[in-house]
Amino acid sequence: MFKVARELRTRGVLGLNERNAELIMSLNPRRLYPRVDDKVLTKELALAAGMAVPDLYGVIANQGDIRGFAGIVETLESFVVKPAQGSGGDGIVVITGRSKRKRDAFRMASGLLVSTEELEYHLSNIVGGQYSLSGNRDKAIIEYCVQFDPVFADVSYQGVPDVRVIVYRGYPVMAMVRLPTRASDGKANLHQGAVGAGVDMCDGKTLEGVRENQVVDEHPDTGALIQGLSIPDWDTILESSARGYEVTGLGYLGVDMVIDRLRGPLILEMNARPGLSIQIANQTGLKDRLRLVDREFDAGADPAARAAFARRAFPAV
Amino acid sequence: MTDRYVYVLALILTITGLSIFAYQWRVIGFPLTADEEAPVWTIEAAVAFDGGPGSIKVNLHVPTLTPGFRVLNENHVSRGYGFSINYGTGGREAQWAIRRAGGDRQTIYYRVSVYEDPGARQVDTTPPFPSVPVINEPFRTAVEVIVADVREHSADTASFTSELLHRMNDRSPDPNIELLLSEVTSDADFVEAATTLLAAARIPARMVRGFPLSGRQRNTQPVAWLEVHDGDTWHYYDPSTGAESLPERFLVWWRGNESLVSVEGGNNVEVDFAVQENYVGAVAIAETQAAQLGSPFPDMSLYSLPIRTQAVYSVLLMIPIGALIMVIMRNIVGIDAFGTFMPVLIALAFRETQLLWGVVLFTVLIALGLSIRFFLERLRLLLVPRLSAVLIVVVLLMMVISLVSDRTDIESGISVALFPMVIIAMTIERMSVMWEERGAADALRAAMGSLVIAVFAYIGMGLAWLEHLIFTFPELLLVFLALVLIAGRYTGYRLLELTRFKAFTGQS
Repeated sequence: MFKVARELRTRGVLGLNERNAELIMSLNPRRLYPRVDDKVLTKELALAAGMAVPDLYGVIANQGDIRGFAGIVETLESFVVKPAQGSGGDGIVVITGRSKRKRDAFRMASGLLVSTEELEYHLSNIVGGQYSLSGNRDKAIIEYCVQFDPVFADVSYQGVPDVRVIVYRGYPVMAMVRLPTRASDGKANLHQGAVGAGVDMCDGKTLEGVRENQVVDEHPDTGALIQGLSIPDWDTILESSARGYEVTGLGYLGVDMVIDRLRGPLILEMNARPGLSIQIANQTGLKDRLRLVDREFDAGADPAARAAFARRAFPAV
Repeated sequence: MTDRYVYVLALILTITGLSIFAYQWRVIGFPLTADEEAPVWTIEAAVAFDGGPGSIKVNLHVPTLTPGFRVLNENHVSRGYGFSINYGTGGREAQWAIRRAGGDRQTIYYRVSVYEDPGARQVDTTPPFPSVPVINEPFRTAVEVIVADVREHSADTASFTSELLHRMNDRSPDPNIELLLSEVTSDADFVEAATTLLAAARIPARMVRGFPLSGRQRNTQPVAWLEVHDGDTWHYYDPSTGAESLPERFLVWWRGNESLVSVEGGNNVEVDFAVQENYVGAVAIAETQAAQLGSPFPDMSLYSLPIRTQAVYSVLLMIPIGALIMVIMRNIVGIDAFGTFMPVLIALAFRETQLLWGVVLFTVLIALGLSIRFFLERLRLLLVPRLSAVLIVVVLLMMVISLVSDRTDIESGISVALFPMVIIAMTIERMSVMWEERGAADALRAAMGSLVIAVFAYIGMGLAWLEHLIFTFPELLLVFLALVLIAGRYTGYRLLELTRFKAFTGQS
């Protein structure tokens, strides 16, 4: 047991306690949390900083606003409903189209139909706070449904694959691609069985995948090889995520991005308590990279310079 | 930096907690375990006399300095008499006085309870060298001869005393001693003669009278003993052997040659002593002692609370134990659970239901509640009304379980009512949300985690010796606080993380 702990330590693996005590508590002041916990606010801040985000169609803040839902989506074929303060992808419904016969029935990413009433009930749950981190009242966001880039089409089962970048004191230090599987119900959430694949910070190429803490070479549903895919617009992704530091002020930050076929990388959300599975996906501990950033930290460096540093300093092992 | 503050704070808390604990334990004598009992002797002096027509004043010597013993309490029973305690030459004297008592036989009771405490070395004053007593002939010459002779055969106070007592106890005594002892009729007279001889040698000595305490005694009379001061401390000598000793458990009642009791205005005085031995919880003794010693923590003792409140606190004080176990299980082992303190509250409920039944009832309740919650899901209720509905269903379920188990004579089922229903309702709600969002596996894992922590917390909070320890020494909670603070800065891996990250270790 102690041997395992020692080995993990020599490999620089960051544990939950250490993440909480050393990184989150000292680098992420509580007052900044609303900037990432409330996705409406995140969106506004990101837009103001000139970052690309999915378009916002509407916000439902009260139970009374739900009546306006049909009006908001009237002209839309596809959209996403999500809680403004949700976590871990809970409460997100992706609508990819409408039923051919009944316009008030929507087709979800899974292909199942959902009625307007059911969606309205879901909205009511969101507003009631069922998915919010604190359990308090929440808002529901209706936004653009990302038409994801075909690069990951073979290694995703429904849902939207996304790119998670850990940004430490403004420097991107580690990244992974999260690929939905059937087990994860189309969600890009590793806890629920999505595949995580590490990314070589230098060239944006995917490494081996990890699922349920096990190394996997191919996607469990599609069978396609995970390794060696080139993430498009890697430079933009690194730079945008580095910019997330200026936007949020959080020293330990997870930036989640999706790559839209037409609009390129879009910031989906940011996270003040990014998980640690990214280390498994990359087969690399975080601590060495964090230490390197601490050594080389340059308060004056702009996001582009920090992104460039990440490309130089963190090759895949 | 923060680390250092935390450790310093934890250190201060630990030291404070432990030193108060040490004080309460070693000095005040609060017992470490619940069943410690100490013998307590109650000595009752019954003073009986025929009351005269006039006013009556009764003086009774009562214990003052009692080496080896401490007084737990003392009281007296005397109808219509005024009572006061005075300090006379022989120590404390209790005085009863009445203007008119009526002619019949009067009895006054004085009662004192003492317990053994080897640490009770009570400081006595150092007496001055006594002046040579004025004695008439022919005794005077006899005394002088004896003192001179004994001095020849001794080196110091101790050997002088022993030698003197030896001679006095000789079967065929020296004529001088025989002369001196010619008027001795009792042990007390004998000891008095010895003190006179010692005074003639200018050695401070006095008679002490008291009782060797053992079991239950009736009609006992005080035993006379000899006390000699060697310049530093008083020493006890057995007047019948000359050995320096004291009977086992000898309670000193009074000192000096004065008689035990004097009654003005009454006659036919009789004093009767009775000794009773009981066993009293060490806690009660410690409390009295704390009050007597002027302990700086008189209010720290929860034993001063009403019994009903004590019962509440004996449970409440165990919650920190549960919290510590919670911290260990979550931050050091890394078990997932619903809610921060839900398992601790469940563990509290287990205390009433007993473990096996508690686990069964909890599981049944959660399972039933969950299935009903899934049904409610289909009704599409708003969040708060839905939570309230679950709560009401939980209350109904608890009622039904109690009723059913009552009918079927399963007594433990009735105690289901002790489960914190709001917590159960919230658990059901969170579990159902997790079930839907993360799947049954995660939800069941978290539920199992909660249950496992609850069981550990129950075991920890159910340790009787720990409960007694915390209740008697609540300052130990400071130590628990320190432990929690240190755990709060624990940045090592959680136990379960070792398996989570095992992909790292396999390949190298």
